[in-house]
Amino acid sequence: MNNEKKITKVQELVYELKVRDAMRKDIIRSSPDILMSELGETLRSNRISGTPIVEHDKLVGIISIEDFIKWLAEGGKDCPIESRMTRSIKTLYDDEPLVHAIGKLDKLGFGRFPVIDRATGKLLGVITKGDIIESLLRELEIDYHEEEIHRYRASHIFEDIIADKTILRFEYFVKGKDFNRAGEVSSGIRKTLTRLGIHPQIVRRAAIASYEAEINVVSYTSGGEISVRVQSDKIQIHVTDSGPGIPDVAQALKPGYSTAPEWIRNLGFGAGMGLCNIKKCADKLDIESTVGKGTRLKICINMKAG
Amino acid sequence: MKLKQLKEVLNAKVLYGDKFLDKDVKMACGSDLMSDVLAFIKADAVLLTGLTNPQVVRTAEMAEVIAICFVRGKKPQEKTLKLAQEKEIPVLVSEFSMYACCGRLYKEGLLSCDGLK
Repeated sequence: MNNEKKITKVQELVYELKVRDAMRKDIIRSSPDILMSELGETLRSNRISGTPIVEHDKLVGIISIEDFIKWLAEGGKDCPIESRMTRSIKTLYDDEPLVHAIGKLDKLGFGRFPVIDRATGKLLGVITKGDIIESLLRELEIDYHEEEIHRYRASHIFEDIIADKTILRFEYFVKGKDFNRAGEVSSGIRKTLTRLGIHPQIVRRAAIASYEAEINVVSYTSGGEISVRVQSDKIQIHVTDSGPGIPDVAQALKPGYSTAPEWIRNLGFGAGMGLCNIKKCADKLDIESTVGKGTRLKICINMKAG
Repeated sequence: MKLKQLKEVLNAKVLYGDKFLDKDVKMACGSDLMSDVLAFIKADAVLLTGLTNPQVVRTAEMAEVIAICFVRGKKPQEKTLKLAQEKEIPVLVSEFSMYACCGRLYKEGLLSCDGLK
């Protein structure tokens, strides 16, 4: 059951892409009155295994190399292709998602489908399994390339900006009590820092520190903000909330000290490790907290590797 | 140890990530306390846990866990599995208890995250 719930990039694409994105438009068409002997030559010289048959722009049939072989086997008496073509044709509309094409190819066992315009019935192209694979590969390559460009662009920001001091600052808003989304902000921070070309060890420490802080904001407050400042020598993460505040910061920093209610513990947190973890990941941690007003965490991580 | 091998050792079912079974698992960490996981786990380790909420996946993402294996046949919540797919973190389920899972992997020579064998 769970297997069917898996969604891969390719599965996403087959729903996203339309038949028209994958079909071949420069197709060889034949008219119904050409002879079978001529068809052989058309198939051979174009290296194709079949052709749609069109009369006044309308699709009237389809003929494949199989039909040709059958005709040869039956004696090969020349006749117009009209008399040997398949008339009841299965077609696809150009605006259908690619997944329909794949389904039909699988179910009916055909090698190709003519693609027609939904409104006019005009033949627009032909789609084969090969065309589908080619279009998917093309799309995946574009995706991959885009991620590469992101990385390239980001890691050069600091070199490209001419200034005595460059600071890149980005901010996030954390919703309180929404545990389903807790961690989304830190996920974004992690991805962004990675794209900026920052050393993986540093990214890891920043991500874990911001994640623990985010969990705290979600658990104990009605919401807050996380701002990240990236400089060439350090990353500063400031986490600000207007929650209940910490009465005794020194106490809160002791491993195992916790005021967490049951529901937070059930989620695998609240064991009094959060602030310790942040401290462990940070090169410097400042906590300013006023009971009844809120808390600000200032996390600083130096940019040296390792 | 390859993830494929770990799957055999734990007699586990793959709920997501068949395509990642050739990845190398370097270490293992068994815990239901996510803060402990964040504190001690190393990159490319497998996380064994009995906790099934989405925070397990978030934690795994932050800690660069290579795969999550739920113990004692615990089925993850649907949103947990969805998030794992989104983050491309393989998810397995073993019928063995936490203790048995750890024991089996330890016996096969898989390292603990504290680096001691």
